[in-house]
Amino acid sequence: MIRWILFIIGMLFLAFVPLSWQRSKVKVGSKKFTESVILGEMLRILCDDAGVSAQHSWEIGGTKLVFEALRNGDIDVYPEYTGTIAQEILGNSTVDFAAMQTALQELGIQMSQPLGFNNTYALGMTRQHADALQIKTVSDLLRHPQLRFGFSNEFVDREDGWKNLQSHYELPHQEVTGLDHDLAYKQLELGAIDVIDVYTTDAKINSYDLAVLKDDLNYFPRYDAVLLYRDDLPDRSPQAVRSLLRLQGAISESEMIDANSRAETEADVSEPRVAADWLEARFGIVTEVKRETLLARLLQRTIEHLDLVRRSFLPAILLAVPLGIAAAKLPRLGQVILASVGIIQTIPALALLVLFMPVVAAFGLVGVGLGSSTAVAALLLYSLLPIVRNTHAGLVGISSHHREAALALGLPPTFRLLHIELPLASRSVLAGIKTAAVINVGFATLGALIGAGGYGQPILKGIRLNDLSLILQGAIPAAILALAVQAAFELAERWFVPKGLRLSQT
Amino acid sequence: MLELVGVSKRYGSLRALCETNLTFGAEMVYVVVGTSGCGKSTLLKVALGLARPDSGTITFDGIGINDTNVLSYRQKIGYVIQDGGLFPHLTARDNVTLVARQLKWKSDRIAERVQVLSQLVQLPDEALDRFPAQLSGGQQQRIGIMRALMLDPDVLMLDEPLGALDPLIRHDLQVDLKRIIQQLGKTVIMVTHDVHEAAFFADEVILMRDGQVLQQGTMEQLLSAPVDPFVTRFIRAQRSVLPQEAS
Repeated sequence: MIRWILFIIGMLFLAFVPLSWQRSKVKVGSKKFTESVILGEMLRILCDDAGVSAQHSWEIGGTKLVFEALRNGDIDVYPEYTGTIAQEILGNSTVDFAAMQTALQELGIQMSQPLGFNNTYALGMTRQHADALQIKTVSDLLRHPQLRFGFSNEFVDREDGWKNLQSHYELPHQEVTGLDHDLAYKQLELGAIDVIDVYTTDAKINSYDLAVLKDDLNYFPRYDAVLLYRDDLPDRSPQAVRSLLRLQGAISESEMIDANSRAETEADVSEPRVAADWLEARFGIVTEVKRETLLARLLQRTIEHLDLVRRSFLPAILLAVPLGIAAAKLPRLGQVILASVGIIQTIPALALLVLFMPVVAAFGLVGVGLGSSTAVAALLLYSLLPIVRNTHAGLVGISSHHREAALALGLPPTFRLLHIELPLASRSVLAGIKTAAVINVGFATLGALIGAGGYGQPILKGIRLNDLSLILQGAIPAAILALAVQAAFELAERWFVPKGLRLSQT
Repeated sequence: MLELVGVSKRYGSLRALCETNLTFGAEMVYVVVGTSGCGKSTLLKVALGLARPDSGTITFDGIGINDTNVLSYRQKIGYVIQDGGLFPHLTARDNVTLVARQLKWKSDRIAERVQVLSQLVQLPDEALDRFPAQLSGGQQQRIGIMRALMLDPDVLMLDEPLGALDPLIRHDLQVDLKRIIQQLGKTVIMVTHDVHEAAFFADEVILMRDGQVLQQGTMEQLLSAPVDPFVTRFIRAQRSVLPQEAS
């Protein structure tokens, strides 16, 4: 008995002891693409330079998630674009800067002046081809109706994409193909298509040597980069804000393209390196960038991954076993419990995460980024089903002989449960826990959906950059970890399943 | 000492036990016989407080059994089931001492009692430290008897105690069990479908059919003065299998 109480206290301790007590003063966030990560790193270094400790939660997610994180206070500042603010955050197409500032202020958010570059949609051609046809602007395309267009599917569908572009410029072109954006560059290079959509700070503009056509009739909305920060940040740390705002008007489009293309194409150059180099050149800020070996990165991700697992899985056991017992003891309630944990399993990960964000925020816990409780809560729920179901099955499946014998001995119910029923069900319970552990280790990659790190991060990044080796850097360790966990539980059987039961099995 | 008055039990639409009145006296050996499904196991379960009767009362030493005192009532009764019902995750010794430990007996008192019981059932000490899976059927049943007797109950109930054993072991254990019962001098209620076993053990036989007690008396009374032709048929049917044996 005492052994079990100690065991449970140990599990709770293991689940909830924080990895570090250090809290940074300023929390920087970034969205899930190279440019945002580079800017996020710049913000972190600028805070450091002002003597304010800062941490950067990489690649938290898309606009909605990151903006929510800002409002909830999970992060204090992140880079955003005016066009996105107008369309996705404020939900109108006013691109009037002052109007946006006022609207954001009502949400408790400040917006800086533009950082200098505009990352909007544009049309691109190979420089050679554009020069040959003497095309410099979008209007110039009118003279060449034979050109073949290949646009990303998103661009074809968007309101501010191809549909209105065509009528705005009255373009006569018939041949328009929708295709994957990453494939478009290759097709362009091969000459299969002539014109594609690009982002104006796209790294590939350099690497493929593209000519960006001037939007001479001002069709594309502006996507000026700005900083969004919480309006309590200037009070909490005026020197940090002063330092951050040095970026206003400081970065040109070509500089941003350079930075993006260095981070994406040069081997061994990571976002922190690019950010540090640019800040050194521009402001003379010298920072040391830790050169991360593959092993160090792997170790870091393993720690993050295991952190998600321990914080979600251990409480899941402590919750699911009593639920399974309740389900077995109270059949009517049991139906409800089994159905509920079953339904949870069918909710898609992203939906579950979004569902939990306000709840987690209401408890004042970290919602997104490293140490995210949202990811932990989702993982915890996903781990319940196998444990609850196996505990229930194990208890219900006890033979009537043993049940009757225990009753006939006049043992009280709690004693029966602890000394007879649970030990007899232990093999089944442990099998459920083992299944849940393997599922948990696999599902913990979902943490990367909201910047909680772990093995999911290289997987998502690899998918984004179409880089198989990055995907494998996440997938292989995740698989190995799952196998290791499975093996660990095989060993745990010796401890959990009474010897007499193991004998009768053979 | 144990009295059932107007006790009945139905499972859904099945009437397992019709209103039954039975009185069990001290130090008597009762054997309940009948065809399968006649209600003899139900009778035992109700008498033990495992199944709550739909009607009637059970009194033990003058005290009525109800939900609040049923746990301590069960501890006054030793119960042995067909295959021993030993818990596979506990050693033989732990099976035997489980209730005593739950009642927080001192360990030397427990050890002393185990010593007495293992001599009674003639089980070697080393068998006590094995798990049920490592014991033979006969040994398991001896452990089952030890477990039932651990708290020195006033009544011993046995549900087909020898039913699962092969004939040779069964024969040995029958002899041993008879000796044990004689040594103990307790009230014994045994359920069996085997007429020989009934004749071998019983002071009184209770013959049941369709949830009712058909006749109660010594084996001789059942043979010489059957209340119903079924009584004779039931006893004869099994006699004819082994006509010579008269135990």
